[in-house]
Amino acid sequence: MKLEALPWIILFLPLAAAGIITLFTLQNRQWSARLSVGAVVTGFLLSVVFVFVAGWEPRVREVSVNWLTIGEGLRVDFGLHFDPLSLLMLLVVTGVAGVIHIYSVGYMRDDPGYSRFFASLSLFTFSMLGIVLANNFIQLFIFWELVGVSSYLLIGFWYGRTAAADAAKKAFITNRLGDFGFLLGILTVWGALGSLNFSELQEKLASDPSALGALATVAGLLVFCGAVGKSAQFPLHVWLPDAMEGPTPVSALIHAATMVAAGVYMLCRILFVLNAPALEVISYTGGFTALLAALIAIQQDDIKRILAYSTLSQLGYMVMAVGLGGPTPAMFHLTTHAFFKALLFLGAGSVIVVAHHEQDIWKMGALRTKMPVTFWTFMAGTLALAGLWPFSGFFSKDSILEQALLRHHYLLFAIGLFVAMLTVFYMFRLIFVVFFGSAKSGHAAHAHESPGVMVWPLRILAVFALVGGVIGIQGVYAMQFGGEGAGQAAGVAARLIGPWREAPGAAVCGLAAFVAGLGAAYALYAGADKDPLPEKLGAVSMAMRNRFYFDELYKVTVIRLHDGLAAVAAWIDRWIIAGLCVRGIHGTTELLGRALRLLQTGNVQTYAFLFAAGVALVLYFVLGK
Amino acid sequence: MHVGLEHYLAVSALLFALGLFGVLVRRNLLVIYMSLELMLNAANLALVSFSSYKNNPDGQVLVFFIISVAAAEVAVGLALIVALYRKRKTTHVEDLTTMKL
Repeated sequence: MKLEALPWIILFLPLAAAGIITLFTLQNRQWSARLSVGAVVTGFLLSVVFVFVAGWEPRVREVSVNWLTIGEGLRVDFGLHFDPLSLLMLLVVTGVAGVIHIYSVGYMRDDPGYSRFFASLSLFTFSMLGIVLANNFIQLFIFWELVGVSSYLLIGFWYGRTAAADAAKKAFITNRLGDFGFLLGILTVWGALGSLNFSELQEKLASDPSALGALATVAGLLVFCGAVGKSAQFPLHVWLPDAMEGPTPVSALIHAATMVAAGVYMLCRILFVLNAPALEVISYTGGFTALLAALIAIQQDDIKRILAYSTLSQLGYMVMAVGLGGPTPAMFHLTTHAFFKALLFLGAGSVIVVAHHEQDIWKMGALRTKMPVTFWTFMAGTLALAGLWPFSGFFSKDSILEQALLRHHYLLFAIGLFVAMLTVFYMFRLIFVVFFGSAKSGHAAHAHESPGVMVWPLRILAVFALVGGVIGIQGVYAMQFGGEGAGQAAGVAARLIGPWREAPGAAVCGLAAFVAGLGAAYALYAGADKDPLPEKLGAVSMAMRNRFYFDELYKVTVIRLHDGLAAVAAWIDRWIIAGLCVRGIHGTTELLGRALRLLQTGNVQTYAFLFAAGVALVLYFVLGK
Repeated sequence: MHVGLEHYLAVSALLFALGLFGVLVRRNLLVIYMSLELMLNAANLALVSFSSYKNNPDGQVLVFFIISVAAAEVAVGLALIVALYRKRKTTHVEDLTTMKL
């Protein structure tokens, strides 16, 4: 068997699992879980084998089959692309997905839709792997939509709950807005360059940087629209917090670790399309999203929503890094974020289960001693996210701040730093309220640790969250994008002190932000029974609590406008299309038919008379002229 | 007075018109049927006179065939009318309007 067959197997295993579960084992819960978990874990092992044998930069960079050819110009392949970027993402996606699949076995154990859950999860894994491995725009777009669909299925998994069904629709429709721009961007690129394959596009743009001409900025921004939707950047960020209506493993896998990161991944994949003005817009969009989401996060009370806004904020960070021309820091942060945010969500899920699906942090408290594993792993995730040296978040966040300094974007550097401080603040607010203090409800008082199938995934992810910064992830991405750390042979020790040696300014500022955030959180929330901030901040706190009224703003502007347009369209449909065109034609025909029916007397003599008259008429025309 | 082709044709046209008139206005199926025969024979007459005018006997031979076929057809037609009468107890056309929906 050729080595290139492996990625095909990795890609299609989850699809096969999803198909088999849907067709055969819906009634058999155990087998559904086994198939789904088996497919993704096998995928992970095969990915490890593939990377181990072929290396990060395989000799064969692409395998593809022609899918369809239309005319001369449009040729769409279905192919796989291997480079450090896609291979490391392959490992991350299968790895994190594998851990979360295992966790789901425990988390969903009492759910009647167990098999359906695993089928959807497998479908999602397949779609996500398709994005990661895609070698052309159309394939990327198809899988892009497929993750959208699986996300829709999983957010609306408990479709009986109105909130879940609404959130699923909201996520899907908001994504459609972004995807519309994305598709236009793809068409623009194809129209200007005549190719859809990433490698070909890159070569074309490398040999002639002005090949896109005046369309360059437009094309870049349109493609960025796709990332705005999928990675939930301002102004399309509203869907992600609502998506937390889905089961917690789904939030961890799709709405924290992998799918929402697809936007960032896509930007890095097509980085060569983006020119300087487009990158400028991207960096400020990212920075603004990071700030906005972090501000909202500090006044949320729902444990999953805090994490959701944190995810938004970190995605903003990554997008900002891409905009600053630093794909390596962006992907580095994406990878470490996948570890610690998945960990945090799974930890939150563990807490939610013992609190009998209570998600309000003010009804928990004192869970530190009752759930030690969950507490310590959650703590590990928090420290990593907050960016304490030497945990993973410190290195990735520092590389982004360093990138901002390198490009002399001092405003974005300041925003990044401030967001870093807010991150520490809201995460420790969560820790203090949920795990310390006194138990604020009966469920919290009688909590106990979750079963092994749920805590082992936490332990695995905690290890990666802690050491993820120094195991050479950055070096692998640097192989792809060049720049510092490319082909880094340095050991763990050198990586540990790397940030201090190369950019001490950013590192010191980062740590100062950590200390400031921790101090503020301790002063306000250690032992607090209710939130002191609303009294201190008043209206500002209200605005944060209400997510700066974005949903309300969209309701009175976009949604009202849309309702107006829909009403006009409905009127046209009802009266012009259905009324005049369809019923008009049908009515006229029927009326004529009724009139003509009067001629059908059934009397032979009438027919004979008409016949004779007809003959006379024909004779008149033939002979009379 | 020389009797020429046009006289024969005039008689033929008259017979045809008479037959058509009968078909259109009479109520009894049998009479309508007889009128139809009249129209057929008007056509026969025209054919014979053209044949004689052209000195070509083919037309006259053809008319013999037509007459013999018409005799057979009359038998079938009458049989149909008899059958219809047995079923519906009437031969008046205004009572036979089942072709209407």
